[in-house]
Amino acid sequence: MKVAVVTFPGSNCDYDLYKAVQQVGADATFVWHRERGLEGYDAVLLPGGFSYGDYLRAGAIARMSPVMEDVIDFAAKGGPVVGICNGFQILCEAGLLPGALVRNASLLFAGKDVMLRVERVDTLFTSNYQQNQVLRVPIAHGEGNYEADESALDRLEGEGHVVFRYVNGAGEPTDAANPNGSRRNIAGIINENGNVLGMMPHPERAMEDLLGSTDGIGIFTSLATSLSAVAS
Amino acid sequence: MITGDGTASATHVAPRQGDPDITPELVAEHGLSEDEYERIKGLMGRAPTFTELGVFSAMWSEHCGYKNSKRLLRLLPTKAPWVIQGPGENAGVIDVGDGYALAFKIESHNHPSAVEPYQGAATGVGGILRDIFTMGARPVAVLDSLRFGDLDSGRVRYLFGGVVRGVGDYGNCVGVPNIGGEVVFDRGYEGNPIVNAMCLGLMKREDLITASASGVGNPVMAVGARTGRDGIHGATFASEELNEDSDESSRPRVQVGDPFTEKLLLEASLELIASGAITGIQDMGAAGITSSAAEMAGRAGNGVEIDMADVPVREDQMTPYEILLSESQERMLVVAENGREDEVVRILEKWELEAKVIGSVTDDSRFRVLENGVTVADIPALPLTDGCPTYERDGIEDERIQALRDTDLRNHWLPRGNLTGPFLRVLGSPNVASKQWVYHQYDTTVRTATSVRPGGDAGVIRIRGTDRAVAATTDCNGRFVYLQPRMGAMIAVAEAARNLVCVGALPVAITNNLNFGNPLKPHIYYQLRESVLGMKAACEAFETPVTGGNVSLFNETDGRAIYPTPVVGMVGLIEDTSKIVQQAFTTEGDDIVLLGENTNELGGSEYLYVTARLVAGTPPAVDLEKERALQQAMMAMTHGRHLRSARDCSDGGLACTLAECSLGDGETPLGIDIRLDDDMPPVPNLFSESQGRIVVSCSPEETPEVLRIAEEHGVPAAKIGSVRNAESSFRIAMSEGRIEAALDTMADAYFGALARIMDAPSTSGA
Repeated sequence: MKVAVVTFPGSNCDYDLYKAVQQVGADATFVWHRERGLEGYDAVLLPGGFSYGDYLRAGAIARMSPVMEDVIDFAAKGGPVVGICNGFQILCEAGLLPGALVRNASLLFAGKDVMLRVERVDTLFTSNYQQNQVLRVPIAHGEGNYEADESALDRLEGEGHVVFRYVNGAGEPTDAANPNGSRRNIAGIINENGNVLGMMPHPERAMEDLLGSTDGIGIFTSLATSLSAVAS
Repeated sequence: MITGDGTASATHVAPRQGDPDITPELVAEHGLSEDEYERIKGLMGRAPTFTELGVFSAMWSEHCGYKNSKRLLRLLPTKAPWVIQGPGENAGVIDVGDGYALAFKIESHNHPSAVEPYQGAATGVGGILRDIFTMGARPVAVLDSLRFGDLDSGRVRYLFGGVVRGVGDYGNCVGVPNIGGEVVFDRGYEGNPIVNAMCLGLMKREDLITASASGVGNPVMAVGARTGRDGIHGATFASEELNEDSDESSRPRVQVGDPFTEKLLLEASLELIASGAITGIQDMGAAGITSSAAEMAGRAGNGVEIDMADVPVREDQMTPYEILLSESQERMLVVAENGREDEVVRILEKWELEAKVIGSVTDDSRFRVLENGVTVADIPALPLTDGCPTYERDGIEDERIQALRDTDLRNHWLPRGNLTGPFLRVLGSPNVASKQWVYHQYDTTVRTATSVRPGGDAGVIRIRGTDRAVAATTDCNGRFVYLQPRMGAMIAVAEAARNLVCVGALPVAITNNLNFGNPLKPHIYYQLRESVLGMKAACEAFETPVTGGNVSLFNETDGRAIYPTPVVGMVGLIEDTSKIVQQAFTTEGDDIVLLGENTNELGGSEYLYVTARLVAGTPPAVDLEKERALQQAMMAMTHGRHLRSARDCSDGGLACTLAECSLGDGETPLGIDIRLDDDMPPVPNLFSESQGRIVVSCSPEETPEVLRIAEEHGVPAAKIGSVRNAESSFRIAMSEGRIEAALDTMADAYFGALARIMDAPSTSGA
């Protein structure tokens, strides 16, 4: 599996994402935002960070980088795309995912572990998890509050586009378990076609016991499994 | 013509049109004494121009020149086989094994933070990051040591909130994890917050680069952000006391930071260094272009000539004086290999930054500044950087301190029986309570290397590709130093070392930030001198040399000084990450063992501050040999994997240490049963902040070995109780008193304290 990790000025989780891809045995390459052409890659990942310093709105400027045309094209052709944290923000700004990420309800940056419930295991990105499995994954964001209007939210839920939800240790999506005020405790979603995933938490930081959790590995192995199934 | 050794030989520089005349008042406004002015005239062979006066004012300020501290700092131990770079460069560097080196340093940004807390703190982080990556090291962690007045003041809450947001926003955006630090609240810091930021950076040994302007004829280049008028005279501002007018009038002296630009600059700088196209690099920090150019020239024994007209500026009609003294952020000064300037420009352009040649390295040992080819300043380089006068002053202890030390504390021992109420008050006091409200605003996990996050005794960063890790902590109890400076400074070093061994790290070196009042006052100079002597004694005893640091003096408002606060930033080495020790109790049935002895030493304790608003008594005594033995016993215990957890006893005494071990991070608290048989009343038993104590837990099978190792090292040790489960209470029993608290009541006090005060929703536990 050959994976492109797209880097913008100000991305700072690109290295972590690169190492996570390597850890599951896949090939990772940094693609600078001014480069063109994503043919030859099996998946495209947009890492976290503060692209363009979050000027204007988080992800608003990155969305206009030359490479984003190719990312949109790649997604339109069904290629798997994952946006993590700032990556999720960029995907929403680019219209590849519905809704928007706004300032945390507390108005404070939130850097800590959260618990996520896996809402669907029949996606490219979650096939290696169990239905309703609870994962421990770190977050680190000031603008992770997922917002969309009621009908959009109903559609997301109705069509099973919510992939990860913030829950407590017992698997319940309570207010206390919601770190940023996201509507319906939504932490990660997929698009209509199921090939684009956006999530605020950082699975690439949950890959080793030494660092606190290995619950993030499943996303990368699911992707690798799905892609090799396609290839074979 | 001109010699660089400072002998008087007049070089004539015409006065610049529009510049003010040099008057005694102008000299005084520039923070220079009459003697210092005479000295300048002597080494220049004439009176300085206005531009030259500005240059001296910055370079000979306390902040840059260390006038009142240099002679004392020379007393500190600075050498060890593992020290690659000691004091004198932008950061200290030590060998950490497997071909890796660690650059680290702590720095202050106190005065700006008092006036503009957000930008003051943010640019403090920016500055220390640059000090690290200018050495060729990638920043891998930051720690922040913060001090404020009591939180019942609205202004203090404003400062506290602003500083935390500033530290967080800057570090988070650049993408460097915060792995620890401290936050202290005491009326002693009311008008003068203390904001010290420490940074660690990793590199391969061979990547180390120094800030030296070598190679005569090599081009000198300004890279990064453009120069504006922000922060002019920041260095001089940092060298003065504050007063009621300080707020608005000082605002222009506070620098404004942009972490996005810093991130780009960081990547560009590391790429520049790796390319080999440059021979030297230094960040432009205090006194901007002036200090970086002068220091780089001074270190190489060369001179430098720069033309202000070539410096990229972002405001109109900036004078040479303004350009030279601007402290605009996110700029570096680079000396390139002759002929490779274009490579430098190309690398900076990739990162959407500018690079411009502004001058060159000369062989005449002068610091020469031109404006469109016309000389406006011509100063001998070495006397500028090294000729700053240094002073040794009279130091006499304030006579009231002895009386404070002698305060009779016996009435405070009186409460007996059920002490759960006072215990919860101390546990929930801002000093003791959990700092989650702070570090949950920091990214603590970016770069996937944080093996121990904030909340315990020390933070740990693993070195990818090896089994190794480095640990770091910042410590100082200003109350102890106030009550007895030499002892208090020794305690700061001892506490830092205990914190490191508690995660399984061997203490190896320190950086220090000396935060004091006005050293021209004898009782303040006394504090400074005694603190340095205490630090010296402890660093020698523990073999932890000083590799560099920062001095911040004149931390006073309306004549009232902060407590003397020598902050110690200590680093330690872990050879095997599988031996990192946990910070809280983990398993029902484990034995709880106290290493060290409880003593009746309530002086300077948080208990006294919370119950009686008192900072008095003699601080607890520290015995450096016993501390060393304790450190070595801990290293043996962790090496042999005998421990389940370890926690140093400090603020709030044994009771609060046990509470922290019980509560952990709030997710899985465990009750405990403790029996103390010390011969003293319950209050000092629970709340003395006696030194040389660590609380460990181990499985009962390991206890005999733990006790044996302690005995082998001459460390007193005894089992004091057991770990229970999540349904049990927290119980401590003594012959004349007891604590019995429900875990959720404790959790509410401990995790809820800061959030309640700062009006944020609580982020306790999950």
